[in-house]
Amino acid sequence: MNHETVTKTARQNRTIGRDLIGIGAIIAVAAIGYLLFPDNLALLTRIIAIALLVLSLDLVTGYCGVATLGHAALFGSGAYAAGIAAAHFGITNPLLMTLAGILGGAIAGLICGVIILRAHGLPQLVLSISLIYLFHEFANKASSWTGGSDGLSGISPDPLFGVYEFDLWGQTAYVFGVFLLLAVFVLLRFLVRSPFGMLCRGIKEDPLRIMAMGASPKIALIKMYVISGAVAGVGGALNAISTQVVGLDSLSFTQSAESLVMLVLGGTGSLFGALTGTVIFMLFEDYVSAANPFHWLTMVGALLISVVLFAPKGLYGTAAGFIGRRMEKRK
Amino acid sequence: MSAVFDVLNLKKAFSGLTVTNDVSLSMAPGDRVALIGPNGAGKTTFVNLVTGNLRPDSGEVRLNGETVTKIDAIGRVQRGLVRSFQVTRLFQEMTPAEHVALAVLQRDGRAGKMFGNFLSMPDVMDEASVLLAKLGLHDLMHRKVSEIAYGQQRLLEIAMALALKPKVLLLDEPAAGVPQSDTGRIEQALADLPADLAVLMIEHDMDLVFRFAKRVIVLAAGTIIFDGSPADVTKDAAVREAYLGSYANASHAA
Repeated sequence: MNHETVTKTARQNRTIGRDLIGIGAIIAVAAIGYLLFPDNLALLTRIIAIALLVLSLDLVTGYCGVATLGHAALFGSGAYAAGIAAAHFGITNPLLMTLAGILGGAIAGLICGVIILRAHGLPQLVLSISLIYLFHEFANKASSWTGGSDGLSGISPDPLFGVYEFDLWGQTAYVFGVFLLLAVFVLLRFLVRSPFGMLCRGIKEDPLRIMAMGASPKIALIKMYVISGAVAGVGGALNAISTQVVGLDSLSFTQSAESLVMLVLGGTGSLFGALTGTVIFMLFEDYVSAANPFHWLTMVGALLISVVLFAPKGLYGTAAGFIGRRMEKRK
Repeated sequence: MSAVFDVLNLKKAFSGLTVTNDVSLSMAPGDRVALIGPNGAGKTTFVNLVTGNLRPDSGEVRLNGETVTKIDAIGRVQRGLVRSFQVTRLFQEMTPAEHVALAVLQRDGRAGKMFGNFLSMPDVMDEASVLLAKLGLHDLMHRKVSEIAYGQQRLLEIAMALALKPKVLLLDEPAAGVPQSDTGRIEQALADLPADLAVLMIEHDMDLVFRFAKRVIVLAAGTIIFDGSPADVTKDAAVREAYLGSYANASHAA
């Protein structure tokens, strides 16, 4: 075996190793969460739903460099699609509801992508903010379909596989969520290192260079937006199935901005970073808001400022960089 | 041999100032042409008009006989007109292998594939490693670009361009910014370019021009003032006038 094959195999083994570590980590964290918070599975399920939104945001922001503060439009559309399918069309099979969420998210992704990608930088950000307000207002006004500001209720999903009921304890929803997250994670790991993933990383760094190779950055980015929409849609559907209600807050600017904050907290451009950021932010928020209901937002702010100042690559990004350098030195 | 690349009466003005004035040239497969000219002669504008990054006011660009004047830059690359950049534009976090593999996949219309890793695509890996070996980059193929020397990055630019299997290659100052010790490698790479490829090189380094080009085109004030053999270019009165004029102005300014 020559030198090149050795490095190549080593690299392949390393990526497969990281896949397995990732899957193991998700299962381990999910199990620990279940043991630590058996009475608060609703929070954990919500974390998974938001993690799917943050993963989806990472695809366009972290991997492609698109600036957006309106990404909850994709999440909310998925949630409403799943909710409307159940409440208005009697599609109460949780898997079909998830499929409706994927479809709703992907369509919202296509719409948002086509509009947002017309601009770059600041105008792009403004377009994304306008879009989330438009989506929000649309859902508010179409109240016969969405329940308007009262929220969409009357969602009662069937038992999963006809056996496991989505009950008050939330065990089914939690386990269902963990499986959805694992499936999405594995698919995205394939995606980000596929030729398409490589193309997107290139676009993030230098779209003109990609054009000089004869590829269209715009088409690739729109494709990525649709995929991102599907992922956010899974999160939205999970939220609709587990809470059995869809509110306007799932289509809000606040939700969009918070998901961006979580992504930056964990580290952009890495699936692990997106997951880390979501878990830490939401647990921290839950903890400090209970410990100090008056000043908890100040503490969240302080955490964010210190991360941005002292760990600009995010918590996961900085830690991974540190460990990587240590391992390099040891070699 | 019939022309693979034609430029016919290309004109471009920016708010009244004519930057490219009635430029025509024709190249056949295997041609080695150098485009030179003093600063401000309109070389960059000419390249941008040819690659489709700028729209000409009038005139035509043809590739393999097909008029591509109305086709955008991406379409022209897909038809075989590939350029390299004066300042390297590489992806800092990617490896040379990834750069070349991406170019190979893009050329074959496989860059949109969402599954599979190029490391496990033997045809892509083979092509990439053969190409990188030719340019002496084989040992670095799995390093990050940010970790390799500038001269090697320039070679990688050439490798990427070649991976697209162009019919016409525009090299924009391939040796710019490369330390003297590395220019030999670049010259070797230029000498080894595929024989049937038409190459148009824009270059300031006259030594390199004389060694590489079989034909020299001199652009001054947006017009071609000389088109002939390297041996004749230094004897040409108009060329001397253009260069001496600019040197005279430069020394005045200094």
